[in-house]
Amino acid sequence: MDHRENKDRRLLLWFFAVATAVKLLLIPSYRSTDFEVHRNWLAITHSLPLTRWYFDETSQWTLDYPPFFAYFERFLSVFARLVDPRIVDLQLGIDYGAESVIYFQRISVIVSDLCLLYGVYRLTRKLETMKRNLICALVIWSPGLLIVDHIHFQYNGFLLGWLLLSISFLQEGRDLLGGFLFAVLLCFKHLFAVAAPVYFVYLLRHYCWSVLVTGFRRLVTVGAVVVAVFVAAYGPFIYHGQIQQVISRMFPFGRGLCHAYWAPNFWVFYIILDKGLAFLLRKFGFDIQIPSASFTGGLVGNSSPFAVLPQITPLTTLALVLLAISPCLVKAWKKTHPGRVARWIAYAYTCGFLFGWHVHEKASLHFTIPLAIVAVQSVEDAKHYFLVSIVSCYSLFPLLYEPQEYPIKVLLLLLHSMVMWLGFTAQYADNKAQKKESGEIKSKFKIGCFEKCYLMGLFIVEMVSQFLHPYFLGDKYPFIPLMLISTYCTVGIMYSWIWQLRRILILT
Amino acid sequence: MPKKKPAKHSGDDDIAAPVSSQTGSSIDTLWWWLTHKGTATSFLCISLFALLIRSAVSMYPYSGAGTPPKFGDFEAQRHWMEITTNLPVSDWYRNGTSNDLTYWGLDYPPLTAYQSYIHGVLLRIFSPESVALLSSRGHESYLGKLLMRWTVLSSDVLIFFPAALFFVLVYHRNRTRSSKSEVAWHIAIILLNPCLILIDHGHFQYNCISLGLTLGAIAAVLCGSEVLTCVLFSLALSHKQMSAYFAPAFFSHLLGKCLRRRNPVLAVVKLGIAVIATFVIVWWPYLHSLDDFLMVLSRLAPFERGIYEDYVANFWCTTSILIKWKKLFSTQSLKSISLAATILASLPSMVQQVLSPSNEGFLYGLLNSSMAFYLFSFQVHEKSILMPFLSATLLALKLPDHFSLLTYYALFSTFPLLCRDKLLIPYLTLSFLFTIIYHSPGNHHSVQKTKASFFSFKNLPGYIFLLRAHFFISIVLHVLYLTIQPPQKYPFLLEALIMILCFSYFVMFAFYTNYTQWTLSSHFRSSGKEKKHI
Repeated sequence: MDHRENKDRRLLLWFFAVATAVKLLLIPSYRSTDFEVHRNWLAITHSLPLTRWYFDETSQWTLDYPPFFAYFERFLSVFARLVDPRIVDLQLGIDYGAESVIYFQRISVIVSDLCLLYGVYRLTRKLETMKRNLICALVIWSPGLLIVDHIHFQYNGFLLGWLLLSISFLQEGRDLLGGFLFAVLLCFKHLFAVAAPVYFVYLLRHYCWSVLVTGFRRLVTVGAVVVAVFVAAYGPFIYHGQIQQVISRMFPFGRGLCHAYWAPNFWVFYIILDKGLAFLLRKFGFDIQIPSASFTGGLVGNSSPFAVLPQITPLTTLALVLLAISPCLVKAWKKTHPGRVARWIAYAYTCGFLFGWHVHEKASLHFTIPLAIVAVQSVEDAKHYFLVSIVSCYSLFPLLYEPQEYPIKVLLLLLHSMVMWLGFTAQYADNKAQKKESGEIKSKFKIGCFEKCYLMGLFIVEMVSQFLHPYFLGDKYPFIPLMLISTYCTVGIMYSWIWQLRRILILT
Repeated sequence: MPKKKPAKHSGDDDIAAPVSSQTGSSIDTLWWWLTHKGTATSFLCISLFALLIRSAVSMYPYSGAGTPPKFGDFEAQRHWMEITTNLPVSDWYRNGTSNDLTYWGLDYPPLTAYQSYIHGVLLRIFSPESVALLSSRGHESYLGKLLMRWTVLSSDVLIFFPAALFFVLVYHRNRTRSSKSEVAWHIAIILLNPCLILIDHGHFQYNCISLGLTLGAIAAVLCGSEVLTCVLFSLALSHKQMSAYFAPAFFSHLLGKCLRRRNPVLAVVKLGIAVIATFVIVWWPYLHSLDDFLMVLSRLAPFERGIYEDYVANFWCTTSILIKWKKLFSTQSLKSISLAATILASLPSMVQQVLSPSNEGFLYGLLNSSMAFYLFSFQVHEKSILMPFLSATLLALKLPDHFSLLTYYALFSTFPLLCRDKLLIPYLTLSFLFTIIYHSPGNHHSVQKTKASFFSFKNLPGYIFLLRAHFFISIVLHVLYLTIQPPQKYPFLLEALIMILCFSYFVMFAFYTNYTQWTLSSHFRSSGKEKKHI
């Protein structure tokens, strides 16, 4: 047993080491403005006192993550200063592109991925070898994480590591610690708050629901822990009376319903429906104004970007997200079970992704990573995961629009699909039916006809948007490829949402 | 560690029963997910990974990036594309107003020129200014770099990868001794060859083509189709004259086989015709006049450049610290001396192959002859270590401990070159990646095979100590090279030390492999006897 454990640990480290090698090689690749955003945060947290962190406007990339992330940047900036003082200079550092800053920031992401490694290790240590290998391969070699963190530049691996850690404690029944870690995570990046209702209901039911006195005591404990975490994060800002400013930075609702690259979510359909209706009504002679505001143009005023359909406010999206999560909450209350937590959390993030306000396509990582844990539970889950992870990775393609990274993103997706296919086929090999004819093993993992067609369609979409569109239309209608990709991916994500909902409801 | 029972295999793509592999060796359960669909599928998966690594390395700078007026190999290749797409075939090797041979004149055989032409045409479609005659000298642009990189990637995919698949399928055809995970491991070692990736996709060259053709020829030997061998190897020779490093092995092995035929003369003539026909087809444009032919030949053998350049870890360069070869002898006599030394060094392995040709002996022969050329021939470049190293990767399963050390020193010998190209991070990363793949968990073959090894230098007193000291010094040299400035009087002190260190390891390795090749047949005989006794 101990021997096996040792071997598994070695294999996990091996997976991580291979991933690290790839990440190191990706250092000179394209980096988005997020790179400069994070560099600026290093400078802000290093050169300014805490009271001015959320007020500084030297660079347009102001600090808009919760305080723990700011503290994290403060911690990194200590090393950044040692590497090259110019990195943390508020003025001179703007758009600094020397090798020192590139290597420092890239390597900081690679090192912070250790958190992901520990999360996966902790989460999978009770599982059997085969399942464990699979989860490691799916999470640590996740193409989405490589694209978003190590090319585009962000710290998602680190944050998702926290999430996995929190889930691992919940699965072991150590609810308080799980809740504590989740509260910490919320103070790193508030976008993770979408799963808060699930945590709330789960902790309430599984941890606090007991005899009156014990229950009340536990409720108070949970409450105290959460409050303590939030005080540690926001306390200094409350003390200085800046909480209003911090909140307004963290929730910039002025940014519009959709992000610059349309994330493949429900609102894509809504917008297209609006456009279509406006077009039709105009044909029938109605006087429809062309809306002045655009969906994607960053800061939108108060004018509605919709011609026909009603205006969508942040509150509407919030209500919709809660409504979509509610069946899962009911289920979590009625049939509470630690083994299901990962599934519910992933579902919550799916809802947040589909119906949320100003969703980035990067947010699809929030549900693909936890779903990897679910994927090894049954063959149906594996089939679903196969589809959804390909779709979510593909929807990230527009992020890397430069030709240099084209082979890399395509190869990452192909390799991931191949590893998934091989892994799931081996995992769900049908031992009874094997070696009937010609020594071919039978596997229960088969990709259905519908899924195959859909994935083929993905290939066609890519061909059209990459080759046919530039060839026939040139620079005209540059939004068409983006729209095509997000619309097509939305279909897949919507399917995944419905599938997950059904699955949660039928599982007892 | 009990040895796994050899599973029954009818073909290469059949599938071992999961039950038997689960009860069998732990290696196969660990890697079962990768190997259960057969060799071709795991090859596809690993080659996707190898391609990913290649395209990631290709984002790093190439040799001579941003260093006018001569730039580096990247500019040389681009310049050849410029020449071949704009001038008629007959002028490619001729000095002229628009083809200044002193500026990166073509000095590889015609197949390289054709390849440059094809790539040049592709480049002209997407970025005409990057191959425009004369005006494109020193052309450097985002798109130009990308397209050039992609031509190497595509050459790799079209030539080296299929050849590797061919080799693996043939070599592991009757997998009685190697398990499936070992096959997958071997594929990874061949495709993730760090030297090849760094030189082709980092430094910038097209070794994958000539090495791929050679690899195809080797696989053809293993599957017994000798005519195909001759054709492929002649193509490799017409792509890069350095493929001649392997020529003694091919020659002696094929000769040895032909001599065992019922009609040796006929067999030799058949192969001779195949070789000549291939050469005639490839060299056709230059065969119309003797002048043309000699002109091309003189371009291929740049004897005026001296017996060695830079600091290459071969015999001439290393001993030149003590013996000033260049002063003692004229270039002409050095030519003959080096030729004699090379032949002498490759002779033992050739004789062995003529006397008793065998597949395994042939692979050792390739290693020995290419190593002999690397150590003793005229005008060797650091990059030529690729040739012996490629043949070593093919034998990776047979050279237990020596292989990882050879990789280390082969890489180390190119370290100063790669540092100059600003490829330090890929160098370190690929060394790291190679190490973890070499020692991938569940891979017990190294332990097994060492025990089975009939002879090892480990028995020699002080050998282990010597190796460790060697290794330790090399690590120190890495650090010193990166951190300190050498003394003014000896600006290339560190390069020279690196060279001596690598040379001494290569010599040791060459002794070992020559010895192994000679004892192969006796070993088989003795192991056969042992089996009978049991």
